[in-house]
Amino acid sequence: MQALTNKAQQVDRRPMNLLERMYLPTIIKGMAITFSHIFKKKPTINYPEKTRPFSPVFRGLHILNRDEEGRENCTACGLCAVACPAEAITMEAAERKDGEENLYKEEKYAAKYEINMLRCIFCGLCEEACPKDAIYLSETFAPADYQRKQFIYKKEEMLIPHPINEPEAYAKARGNKVVTSQ
Amino acid sequence: MLLALDFALILEKLVLILIVVMASLGIAMYTTFAERKVAAILQDRRGPNRAGPFGLLQPLADGLKLFFKEEIIPNLSNKFLFILGPSLAMMTAMMTSAVIPWGDKVHLFGRDIALQIANIDVGILFVFGVVSMGVYGIMIGSWASNNKYSLMGGLRAASQIISYELAMGISLIALIMVTGNLGLKEMVVQQQNGWWNIAKQPLGFLIFLVCSFAECNRTPFDLPEAENELIGGYHTEYSSMKLGFYLFAEYINMFVSSVIMATLFFGGYDCPFVDESAISQGWAAILGVSVLMAKVVAFLFFFMWVRWTIPRFRYDQLMRLGWKILIPLALFNMLVTGAVILYFNK
Ligand code: SF4
Ligand code: SF4
Repeated sequence: MQALTNKAQQVDRRPMNLLERMYLPTIIKGMAITFSHIFKKKPTINYPEKTRPFSPVFRGLHILNRDEEGRENCTACGLCAVACPAEAITMEAAERKDGEENLYKEEKYAAKYEINMLRCIFCGLCEEACPKDAIYLSETFAPADYQRKQFIYKKEEMLIPHPINEPEAYAKARGNKVVTSQ
Repeated sequence: MLLALDFALILEKLVLILIVVMASLGIAMYTTFAERKVAAILQDRRGPNRAGPFGLLQPLADGLKLFFKEEIIPNLSNKFLFILGPSLAMMTAMMTSAVIPWGDKVHLFGRDIALQIANIDVGILFVFGVVSMGVYGIMIGSWASNNKYSLMGGLRAASQIISYELAMGISLIALIMVTGNLGLKEMVVQQQNGWWNIAKQPLGFLIFLVCSFAECNRTPFDLPEAENELIGGYHTEYSSMKLGFYLFAEYINMFVSSVIMATLFFGGYDCPFVDESAISQGWAAILGVSVLMAKVVAFLFFFMWVRWTIPRFRYDQLMRLGWKILIPLALFNMLVTGAVILYFNK
């Protein structure tokens, strides 16, 4: 039979010789191996105290974006919901009233915007689908919770802090995200 | 006069018993912790480190958990025997520590107190009698559970003990031929004045070591509770503190057999290169106890080290090792020892 890789090894099926049947030499060899592991570095990261750094392209919790003036980008077009393979996104659109121009960038905005994090598979297709750069996936993941309903994230939970009113929180939420101006 | 003296003696022994029981319980508790830590370290993990500093309160948490678990007695089990099983396992595990010399005498409250609960002449025979009774706890518990996996575990435990007790006994006979007495205290005194017995009986020690792994149901001989074939083995049906007793008994057994091995082959409470008679009695006792404990810790570590290195034997391999290798080897060792003694005594 043709081997698929060159890693295949013939198994030695000879009956054990006397030395092997004494078990002891191999046992001592094995014990030396386990002993050497005492001095090895442990790969574990002590989680709550230390977190693993994620790469800038990590796909974690969603963030709803604002523009430089702090207006919400989302126009409730529903393209993200269509693109979502897990059908995790629901929204309700509303029309922008006079005097709300400083709140919403477009004439139509999402009055309600929810993502069910239990359904979401963090594929990032919503981010790709969005024509307004209104949603992107950040470098955090959804924390554990006791109830399912806590995993349905509301718009308020995902909205990025206001860039002018709370610049530090905005920068923090922005993280390593590369800003692409459209 | 005689009565008054006896009362003091009883009090002294009671206090000693209390200390020994408490100490073995505490040590067993922390051995479970050490087991998990050692396992973790050998596998490049960190091990329990959440409860208390360095995870030191973990055994307390485990114990509490066991206490609060629901007590389940299977419907079709024999209730009396079902409860008797773990109690017996625990009792026999504790009983062996009665004859172990923990150290030399101390002088307290105007009395010479020997750090040994009972210095009986047949100490070592007592130990073996009690240790082999430990399997009754397992057998009774497994029988009473009315579960085929438990029963199989119990059967395995019984046949394993029978097979390995023999080799252990024979290796011990060779040791007794060398030392010339059965009392544990006398053996230690002998080793204090001369060589440790490991130098005289290396093969005997090896056999004894392997057999004590089997007697304690430790990997590579943990067939009675082989998880992947028998679920939990003899304690499949047990829950709550009854399960805790079984697990605890295993660790106490491990502790006791470490002490026995240290006493028989490694000089017990004898500290090498130190002349105990040259220092004051109190210090000598403290030194003795701590030296014995150091040896025990080394043995316990060895038990765990082996457990996390060697996979479990298959059942036929276990039997072959016991009957076809260890027993002939032990007999051979005994014969050679006898011949050497005969030759030198002439
Ligand atoms: S990341 Fe994927 S699954 Fe999650 S909401 Fe966006 S499109 Fe849906
Ligand atoms: S997030 Fe983007 S794609 Fe989704 S509704 Fe808003 S603007 Fe449309």
